[in-house]
Amino acid sequence: MNPRILGATIARVLRQLKHDHRTVALVVVVPIVLLLFVHALFSDSPAAFDRIGLAMLGIFPFIIMFLITSIAMLRERTTGTLERLLTTPMNKADLLFGYGVAFGVAAAVQATIATMAAYWIFGMNTGAHAVWVILVAVVNAVLGVSLGLLASAFARTEFQAVQFMPLIVTPQLLTCGLFAPRDQMAGWLQHISDFFPLTYSVEALRDVGINPSPTSTYWTDLAIVLAVVIVALVAAAATLRRRTA
Amino acid sequence: MGDLTNPASAISVDELVVTRGRKAVLHGLSCCVEAGAVTGLLGPSGCGKTTLMRAIVGVQIVQSGTVHVLGRPAGDPGLRARVGYVTQAPSVYADLTVRQNVWYFARVAGADSSTVDRVIERVGLVDEADQLVHDLSGGQHSRASLACALVGAPDVLVLDEPTVGLDPVIRAELWDFFHELAAGGATLLVSSHVMDEATRCDRLLLMREGDIIADDTPDAIRAATGTADLEQAFLRLIRAEASE
Repeated sequence: MNPRILGATIARVLRQLKHDHRTVALVVVVPIVLLLFVHALFSDSPAAFDRIGLAMLGIFPFIIMFLITSIAMLRERTTGTLERLLTTPMNKADLLFGYGVAFGVAAAVQATIATMAAYWIFGMNTGAHAVWVILVAVVNAVLGVSLGLLASAFARTEFQAVQFMPLIVTPQLLTCGLFAPRDQMAGWLQHISDFFPLTYSVEALRDVGINPSPTSTYWTDLAIVLAVVIVALVAAAATLRRRTA
Repeated sequence: MGDLTNPASAISVDELVVTRGRKAVLHGLSCCVEAGAVTGLLGPSGCGKTTLMRAIVGVQIVQSGTVHVLGRPAGDPGLRARVGYVTQAPSVYADLTVRQNVWYFARVAGADSSTVDRVIERVGLVDEADQLVHDLSGGQHSRASLACALVGAPDVLVLDEPTVGLDPVIRAELWDFFHELAAGGATLLVSSHVMDEATRCDRLLLMREGDIIADDTPDAIRAATGTADLEQAFLRLIRAEASE
């Protein structure tokens, strides 16, 4: 990796995002609107909102960054900028980490705003400090970025790229413990969800939801999610070929 | 052909075979590109110009044969800072301004940021420097793409149809600029399917159906075919080959 090229790539991706006012607005506003819905849905049960609203703070950045990244990377492939970059001194890691860091920064802004809204507007309560919630949200965003980079290799059009969301995101969403506690799920479903990274980030959020400070479960969960990020990035790097037919 | 020992050739291609799908696009093509000159790669659309250029910049999977650029195998990591490639479809970020695009490719190439404005001026986009590429015309868009390759001051520039759809005045300016770069020691390989651009080149590679049918200076090609018109010369070469 080359710090100059990595830094330039981070700046370039953030500038592209900055020019897209509508996406910036959606990234910031949508989580707050959805929190409003969840809050209204569980208006009789603040404990349920504390549990579900908290899990959603980790899930938003994952879904949104997965979508944004898979489309952005697909554009690099289809407009020829990727091929051009691969003829320059740029290393594949410069590009992948450039996206990871840039969208990670965007996710940190999003997570901070959404988390502040959850605490101050909707009165969410957690055992531990909000900063631990934001940390999970950022790690989840980076997870979304890495899986999005990988998924873009298997799509030829933006139309196809969007179809990867139900495939990759929905199963994780259904089995992560948000809709039904994992210990009440069918055994085979539990086993499947053991392989899904979102399971661990939701568990980490629950950990700081009920404990006054992060326990070892929290750190183990974060380490597992980061390990998945590394595997996805290595796999994504393998899909970036300098020579094509 | 493909003489690696010839110090005058910056690019040498020897017995290059490329197949795309089931079709052989290049079947044992050999040629050289002279250093410090502007070489035109001319031929009809679909004759394999882009495939040959992709092989030279090292992004094309080749079946057999060799391609050397500046004495190294094409695609060698040591060449990446020395070879600039402009694809036919402009490959720049439409959601960035011209200046932001050029700045980015300058940083990637390790060029000084002060060269950014100079290159933008050379491609005639000073007034558009702070506009999003998305809002530019087709010709401006391709000049922005050209600027991104020039900013790294590469020793070898491979330009795939850089002047398509350009205003004649700008086209003439760009060709003058290409010759200035060559005078400064750069090697340029410029493709075109328009024969009137052939007269602007120091040397020509005429290509048809995956083969080089002529490799010489425009004057020598005119003399050999007995016509002053390069379009006519090209036709005569094709007919001569067909009757063989």
